[in-house]
Amino acid sequence: MKRHLISAADLTRDDAVLILDTAEEMARVADRPIKKLPTLRGRTVCNLFFEDSTRTRISFEAAEKRLSADVINFAAKGSSVSKGESLKDTAQTLEAMGVDAVVIRHSASGAPYRLATSGWIDAPVINAGDGTHQHPTQALLDAFTMRRRLIGPDAGLGQDLGGRRITIVGDVLHSRVARSNVDLLHTLGAEVTLVAPPTLVPVGVETWPCEVSYDLDSVLPKSDAVMMLRVQRERMNAAFFPTEREYSRRYGLDGDRMARMPEHALVMHPGPMVRGMEITAEVADSGRCTAVEQVANGVSIRMAVLYLLLGGNEPAVSSPRTDRTEEK
Amino acid sequence: MSKILIRGAKVLGGEPQDVLITDETITAVGTDLTVSSAEGAQVIEADGKILLPGLVDLHTHLREPGREDSETVLTGTRAAASGGYTAVFAMANTFPVADTAGVVEQVYRLGQEHGYCDVQPIGAVTVGLEGKKLAELGAMHESAAGVTVFSDDGKCVDDAVIMRRALEYVKAFGGVVAQHAQEPRLTEGAQMNEGVVSAELGLGGWPAVAEESIIARDVLLAEHVGSRVHICHLSTAGSVEIVRWAKSRGIDVTAEVTPHHLLLTDELVRTYNPVYKVNPPLRTERDVMALREALADGTIDIVATDHAPHPHEDKDCEWAAAAMGMVGLETALSVVQRTMVDTGLLTWADVADRMSFAPARIGQATGHGRPISAGEPANLTLVDSAYRGEVDPAGFASRSRNTPYEGRELPGRITHTFLRGRATVVDGKLA
Repeated sequence: MKRHLISAADLTRDDAVLILDTAEEMARVADRPIKKLPTLRGRTVCNLFFEDSTRTRISFEAAEKRLSADVINFAAKGSSVSKGESLKDTAQTLEAMGVDAVVIRHSASGAPYRLATSGWIDAPVINAGDGTHQHPTQALLDAFTMRRRLIGPDAGLGQDLGGRRITIVGDVLHSRVARSNVDLLHTLGAEVTLVAPPTLVPVGVETWPCEVSYDLDSVLPKSDAVMMLRVQRERMNAAFFPTEREYSRRYGLDGDRMARMPEHALVMHPGPMVRGMEITAEVADSGRCTAVEQVANGVSIRMAVLYLLLGGNEPAVSSPRTDRTEEK
Repeated sequence: MSKILIRGAKVLGGEPQDVLITDETITAVGTDLTVSSAEGAQVIEADGKILLPGLVDLHTHLREPGREDSETVLTGTRAAASGGYTAVFAMANTFPVADTAGVVEQVYRLGQEHGYCDVQPIGAVTVGLEGKKLAELGAMHESAAGVTVFSDDGKCVDDAVIMRRALEYVKAFGGVVAQHAQEPRLTEGAQMNEGVVSAELGLGGWPAVAEESIIARDVLLAEHVGSRVHICHLSTAGSVEIVRWAKSRGIDVTAEVTPHHLLLTDELVRTYNPVYKVNPPLRTERDVMALREALADGTIDIVATDHAPHPHEDKDCEWAAAAMGMVGLETALSVVQRTMVDTGLLTWADVADRMSFAPARIGQATGHGRPISAGEPANLTLVDSAYRGEVDPAGFASRSRNTPYEGRELPGRITHTFLRGRATVVDGKLA
């Protein structure tokens, strides 16, 4: 596995399956009376959040603490794009404090990549979402959720998602979740179909390893999982679609549409959900919807990623950093 | 009286000849000028190097007044001389904007005082580059700076009526409007070329159509009002087609291409390194090839650098926060040799046309872009085209270092530049 986790495209099939399998181990920790492993004792992880995020930040923090890491939370008001302390300054400050890993969320696509490759810092970098680019741990927790539900926690070990048909619906253009999922699901052998109004599909999508459809109803019966993306109401003002009502009518998931899906098919949502827009309350609160499960699985996946990137089986007192070799 | 004899230079890439410069003027061109006229002359052995007319850049950002931390008229003209230029046109997007006679006169005067290269200011089309109200184009033309080229470069004159009026108005004194073609609504939040790479990287797209639609509109406006228009930094295959069509209809349009658009593609943006962030953005391989072809067949008239210096901190950051632009004066000829001459698309005589004769003609730069013959002003540059070397920004004369070519091997090197008979560069070093 590479030293950093910047993009879902960085993962091979074996890398991804190893993370999913490790996450199954980590999930068992959550069932213990004391939900903690000593693995990262003495390691310092910094959560560097340049963009508002509640669930992702809490999820990473929970994962870090369950592995006994020391956690530093850095929440920048606004972003470094508005002049002030730059990403570089912040990175160098963290480097000086001796952090062992940086989890970064940033509104600028490519910021984690720059952090990992610019020489500003020497710690592994985990991308917790950058602009409209990538959100790899979200794709991993989605794949983890699908494997558990469609194959089973134990039966799924060592397995990928070969032959499964996954449909991703909504604002693909602005979605880092969609990009990461297309990359990872393809790597895991699944067949992905994107469904959105043409205004919310990026120019250049034809090179992605997936199908594109503008017609949700025709795709639903052939889906093992339907992933609904959040659609921000503001997009309407930029003329991406005429009205909220029209969007919901054409691309929203309601009870009638859910009934067209196969019995076993899942409804997924990365959250936060805009009920009444892309998903009705009825669907969101049904037993088929895995939104809450996905949150729980997120902690297991992030524990697995931190464990694997920080070589959790090494002694807590690490060897000097200069011994690390760059894999680039 | 000073005399310089350049011996054995390939004039415009032709047969080796001797060129005698007396004071500010070329006084003799021929073979074996060992006649008495050359007696006492300082001799420069050219050894088959290429002798070109001093290069003329129709599109330079000198940043003074206002952003002297990235470039000044002095550092910018030293960079220009190093790159073989004897005249540069300074864009108007300074602080304050060059939209009055006062500002253009100051920039002009600074160029004259420093003496590395003639500086011809470009006047803003609209007050403050805001696109709302015509600047005093006539006053700038009549000022000591004698402005003939007007541009809101950095911004597009997007209001069709303002553009029409500007095109009409400059006819009174033979001016030209140079358009930065970028439809603003189509490029809101744009970070790079819209296409396969932007889709993958999640960076806001700058679609080709945003350039092409403005060019199409403006050539039609120029035709309608019987004026001439110049298109800055044309960057797409579609733009080439529109200009080709306009010229075939007899519309008075000229166009420029930058060296970086002749060589680099948007694949480089995968590095997220802001040194590749530029406006208009790097496009695709297909666009690059179409631009080369268009420069070769004359559809694109000139090469212009769009030299855009930025301080280190404006590039040493995340992509979205970075400034757009690249320095270009000191690498332009090398990139043109690499993309156009070494590929057989242009001869050195063609290079003289695209980088000196034609830009001087479009910008009416008196005394520049002249033939290399007796009686002409001695504005010359000598090129060692056999040279190969890696680009090292540490050696740049420019105050800024934001070059996309660092560490790349490029051919060709300027060994001498003469501004009216006075050497500004000798043996590759500023005089």
